[in-house]
Amino acid sequence: MTSVITTEGLTKRFGRITAVEGLDLDVREGDVYGFLGANGSGKTTTVRMLLGLVLATSGRVEVLGREMPRAARHVLPQVGAIVEGPAAYPHLSGRRNLVLFDAMGHGGTRATRRDRIEETLEKVGLARVDDRPVHAYSLGMRQRLGLAGALLRKPRLLVLDEPTNGLDPQGIHEIRRLLLDVNAAGTTVFLSSHLLGEVEQLCTRVGVLDSGRLVLQEEMTELQRPTGRVEVGTPDVARVRELLDGVVDQYDAERLFVRDADAAALNARLVSAGVRVTWLTPERRRLEDVVLAKTSAGSDRFGLETGR
Amino acid sequence: MIRVELVKLVRNRRTWVTIALIDALPSLVAVLLAVTDLGPRPGTGPAFLSAVLTDGTLFPLAAMGIVLPLFLPIAVAITAGEAIAGESQQGTLRYMLVRPVGRTRLLVAKLVAVMAFVVLAVVVVAVTAYVLGLLLLGNETVTVTGAATSVSGTPMSTPELAGRTFLALAYAMLCMLGVAAIALFLSTMADSPLGAALGTMAILIASTLLLTLDASEVIQPYLPTRYWLAFVDLFRDPILWRDVLRGVLLQVVYVAVFLGAGWANFMTKDITD
Repeated sequence: MTSVITTEGLTKRFGRITAVEGLDLDVREGDVYGFLGANGSGKTTTVRMLLGLVLATSGRVEVLGREMPRAARHVLPQVGAIVEGPAAYPHLSGRRNLVLFDAMGHGGTRATRRDRIEETLEKVGLARVDDRPVHAYSLGMRQRLGLAGALLRKPRLLVLDEPTNGLDPQGIHEIRRLLLDVNAAGTTVFLSSHLLGEVEQLCTRVGVLDSGRLVLQEEMTELQRPTGRVEVGTPDVARVRELLDGVVDQYDAERLFVRDADAAALNARLVSAGVRVTWLTPERRRLEDVVLAKTSAGSDRFGLETGR
Repeated sequence: MIRVELVKLVRNRRTWVTIALIDALPSLVAVLLAVTDLGPRPGTGPAFLSAVLTDGTLFPLAAMGIVLPLFLPIAVAITAGEAIAGESQQGTLRYMLVRPVGRTRLLVAKLVAVMAFVVLAVVVVAVTAYVLGLLLLGNETVTVTGAATSVSGTPMSTPELAGRTFLALAYAMLCMLGVAAIALFLSTMADSPLGAALGTMAILIASTLLLTLDASEVIQPYLPTRYWLAFVDLFRDPILWRDVLRGVLLQVVYVAVFLGAGWANFMTKDITD
């Protein structure tokens, strides 16, 4: 599989503050890559370095096989991006904004512009928007317009920084489906977010940033692999403890954690012994637990350390 | 990219409001002069104003003399100060750069748009002033084809007057290019467009102030506003080139230095807004 984004030892310092340090990212073609991190962990700085907006202090960035920011002219026309919220000219309509942005730089052929704009507006759910200026748009509409701008040139790579900010649950669901569609059509998606749930539902690969360092980079399936324990819900906790002496890890009033890789066999055994099983499920690692275990408190926290 | 910037300039209502406001002052002056017939005595007041009562075709130059010291530079400082800092504050700068628009190209396009604004403003002022001059001023003594009088008192033919007027307008535009270069440089430095515009105005005001001070005589030849009104010399007979040429040279240096500094700063700047 070819790499779409590779960074080696990527570091950025702003004066005495180190925003990102020694980052080795590896995003492959076809991934929906979730870039997780608390507020202030360096996500946005990294995204800006990938796009050549912020210049790295040291280290290398390669996007779509070419070095950034040197090859920006060749790389960026194939990249669609939302960086830290959408932006548009407030006194112009959404369509007018897209026309202007498409006319900037290379790659937006004029002949296909109208069609591409209408097609993209349809995709993001703004097909029937009127000519009102963008300053009269709601936050959700702006977010959709930003996404339309990113998708306008059918990019090979989408870099999205918090793309569902300001959307209602229905909008979030819609955008999620849209991203999956775009990904299925061959576009690699790099999604920076602090929303674990969003990443968990969308992404095939996860990188976790903590205070500017990459503390984890793994396939989602690997992250959520079974722990080798089975969680059993039953009113007969005492019976089960008798029956499975030694392999019960933990228990409370109505559930137990049993060390056993085969949930089906365990279920058969419990039922044949006359235990009433309410529910039973192989325990998997949860993204939230993994992330919390790997990271410290967010950098917007300036209180006393919590005992975690 | 230049086209996009020009479209944005023309489609922005503020461009036209600003030009209308700039145009309002000389128009008001023309109306007042016509109604009261009270011009300043020759040699006092803004350049050419004493002459327009007898020759209305000179009024475009008088209008330039009115807007050049203050109105036009303020408008240029605001427009150019907004160029980068305004896009940055609006958040659109990052989206331009990832389109991608090269940083040098963007800067050039912005400069061209600012100059287009200046040309537009100067042309609108000159044309309105010409029409008003013909209609309201001096039409009883001199016809359009008749001989106009140079500042030195000798007569000038209409083609000669037209040629010198164009030279004067070009000179005024060069002066404004100097202002634009300073404002554009500050626009790459400042976080807010207001800061860049105010910074530019502060420089211009300081320069104007120092010009009135005897103690600052040594640095006066290098102040940006020193030769702004030298275009009056183009209407002397023979033309007094000394100050005009110095003015051109000075403005070229200002443009080169500030554009260079702005470019160098913008090329290596982290775009973090």
